[in-house]
Amino acid sequence: MNDHAPAGPAVPAAAPSDADADAQMIIRLADVHKWFGKFHVLRGINMDVRRGERFVICGPSGSGKSTLIRCINRLEEHQRGDIIVDGIPLTNDLKNINEIRREVGMVFQSFNLFPHLTVLENCTLAPIWVRKQSQKESEEVAMSFLERVRIPEQARKYPGQLSGGQQQRAAIARSLCMNPKVMLFDEPTSALDPEMISEVLDVMVELAESGGMTMLCVTHEMGFARRVAHKVIFMDGGEIVEENEPEEFFNNPQRERTKTFLRQILHH
Amino acid sequence: MSEQTAPPPPAARAPAPDDDTPLLARNPVVSWVWTNFFSTPLNIALTVISVWFIWSVGSAFLEWAVFNGVLFADSRAHCREIVEHGACWAVVSSRIDSFLYGLYPPAQHWRINITFLLLVAALVPVLWDTMPHRKRALLYSAFVFPVLAVWLLVGGLGLEPVSTKKFSGFMLTLVIGVTGITLSLPLGILLALARRSSLPVLRILSVVFIEFIRGVPLITLLFIASVLLSYFLPPGASFDLIIRVLIMVTLFASAYMAEVIRGGFQSIPAGQYEAAQALGLGYWRSLQKVILPQVLKVSIPGIVNSFIGLYKDTTLVIIIGLFDPLGIGRSLLSDAAWAGLSAEVYLFVALFYFCSCFAMSRYSLYVERKLERGQSHDR
Ligand SMILES: Nc1ncnc2c1ncn2[C@@H]1O[C@H](COP(=O)(O)OP(=O)(O)OP(=O)(O)O)[C@@H](O)[C@H]1O
Ligand SMILES: [Mg+2]
Repeated sequence: MNDHAPAGPAVPAAAPSDADADAQMIIRLADVHKWFGKFHVLRGINMDVRRGERFVICGPSGSGKSTLIRCINRLEEHQRGDIIVDGIPLTNDLKNINEIRREVGMVFQSFNLFPHLTVLENCTLAPIWVRKQSQKESEEVAMSFLERVRIPEQARKYPGQLSGGQQQRAAIARSLCMNPKVMLFDEPTSALDPEMISEVLDVMVELAESGGMTMLCVTHEMGFARRVAHKVIFMDGGEIVEENEPEEFFNNPQRERTKTFLRQILHH
Repeated sequence: MSEQTAPPPPAARAPAPDDDTPLLARNPVVSWVWTNFFSTPLNIALTVISVWFIWSVGSAFLEWAVFNGVLFADSRAHCREIVEHGACWAVVSSRIDSFLYGLYPPAQHWRINITFLLLVAALVPVLWDTMPHRKRALLYSAFVFPVLAVWLLVGGLGLEPVSTKKFSGFMLTLVIGVTGITLSLPLGILLALARRSSLPVLRILSVVFIEFIRGVPLITLLFIASVLLSYFLPPGASFDLIIRVLIMVTLFASAYMAEVIRGGFQSIPAGQYEAAQALGLGYWRSLQKVILPQVLKVSIPGIVNSFIGLYKDTTLVIIIGLFDPLGIGRSLLSDAAWAGLSAEVYLFVALFYFCSCFAMSRYSLYVERKLERGQSHDR
C-alpha cells in the first residue's frame, strides 16, 4: 500500500464505515504475489476497485499486466495474498471460482471466438449452459447485444467469415450476454489492423459511458484512457508503480519510470 | 478441380489457333486432351505406353471377368463346360448365403436381415445431421438398437438361441466392425483425456495402456483373447469367444484412436479453453460444447483411418478359428465342386471390403468438405 500514493478520496472515504465500503468494493487485491516457476511475476499487488469504476492498466511488455487481470478470474493462480471479487474470495474452491467467472467477463487480445459456432451461438452458449436461460430468451438477449456492438447482420456467420474488428466486437457481445458485473479487457485492440481499432474502441467507450459496468482494461490506447478511465495504473516489473486519475497521470507523472514509459508510447 | 479450370489458359496457348488450324483443335476438350497428353514427344510416348499397358491388362481382365464370366452354374466343371477360359462367378452366386450369413442356421437368417435393417435405421440419425428429431433418433441408435441387435442375433426370450460360434461371414465382419467402431471412439476420447489429465495416476495408466496395446500385434492380442483370458478368469466363468474378440479389437482400436484424438487436442489453441473458462463453463461442458467438436473436426481423417484399419483387421479373426468372409471363402475352396477358383473367391471378398471402406472414406471426405464450407477460412 505504501508504494503508490493513494489519490482521491478512496482511503479517507473507506475509513468511516467499513461495511459500506465493502459493499462498494467489487474487486480487492491485497498483497498478491505470483511466480511462474522461479520467476516472480507479480510482487505484492494491492488494488481496490469499486462498483462502476473503470481502470486502465498500462506498462511495458512483460510487466505482468495480463497476468494480473488473468488472476482475477483465475485463468492464472496466484500464490500469495488475497483476491476477493464481489465478496467471494478466490481460493482453490471450484464453486467460488465458477461463481466468480459467471460475474466476470473477459475479452482477449486474440478474440478467442469459438470457430465451430456461429456468432449467435457463441453468444448464447454460456447463457444457455451456465445461466440456464432458454434458447429463445438467450437469442433475444444476444441479438440486443449484437445490435449494441453494431454487428446484428453477422449473427448467423461463423467467426472465420468476419473481419478482426467484427470478431472482437462479437467477443465483447459474447461476454456481455452473461450480464457480468465486471469486464476485463486484455489489450483488446492490439491484434487489430489500425483501421479497425476505432470501431472496437467506440464500442468500449459506449459501454463505459452507458455507466454501471466495472471495467479493467489493459491497453495502450491513451485517448481511450483519458476519455473513460477513472484511474490509470502503471505497472512495471510486477509492481504497481503509479496510479492516478488520467489527467494527473498523463500531465503530471510522479515516477521516473512512468515518465520514460509515457515518452515512449506517446512517440509511437 | 484443376482439370476443369485448366482449359482456358491452354486454349489460349494452344498451338497457333490461327485460321489454318483445323476447327477441331479449337475445341476446348480437344485442346485440353492435347496439352495434357500430347504436348511433348515425351508426353506422347508416356501416353502411348500407358494406354497400351492399361489396354492389354484391362482388356484381358475384362474378357476374363465380364465377357467370359459365368454367373450361374452348379460346379466348376459346369462353368468350364459353358466357357473354357473365364471367371466362374457361380462359386460366389451359388454360395452367397454362406458369404452373408456364414454358419448361422438357415432357418434363422431372417433375424440377421432384420438386424441389418435396424442397423441401417440406426445409422441414419448418426450420418444425417439435419434430420428432424435427430436427438430422439440418436437415443434409438445408442440404446435401443444394441439391445435389439443382441437379442435378435443371440436369441433367447422367445427366439431360438443361436451359439455365437455360428457367427460368421459378412455378418461377423459387421458385428465386429460396428461394435469396434462405435466403442473405440468414446473409449479413445476418454483415453486421450486421461493422458492429458493433470492427475498423475490417470495419466500413467493411460500411457501404459496405450503403449502396451500399440506395442503388441493385434494377432497376438487375439490369441491372448482366445487362450490366455480363460486362465485368469474364475473357473466356470466361460467367456464367450466373440465377446473376448470384441473386447480385444475394441481395446486395440481405442489405443490408436486415443493418439489420433490427442493430436486433435494439441491443435486447439489455449485461448479456446480460456475463453470457455472465462464464460464460466465447467470442465465437462466446455469439453462437450467447445473443445471436442473442434478436436473431432480436425481428427476426422485420422479417425476414419482408424475405423478402416479396424474394419479390415476383422479378417484376422480367421486365425483363432472364426470364419469371416475370407475364412468362408477358403472353406468353399476346399469343396471339391469349387476347388481351384481362388481368384474369383478372393476378388469377391476384396470387392466387399473395398466397397465398405471406400464408402467410409467418401463419407468422411463429404463431412470434411461440409464443415469446411460452413466455417470457411476459420482461425
Ligand atoms: N505461462 C507462463 N509461464 C512462464 N512465464 C510466463 C507465463 N506467462 C507469462 N509469463 C511471463 O511473465 C511475465 C509477465 O507476462 P504478462 O503476459 O503478464 O506480461 P504483459 O505485461 O501482459 O506483457 P505484454 O504487454 O507483452 O502482453 C513475462 O515475462 C512472461 O514471459
Ligand atoms: Mg499481455
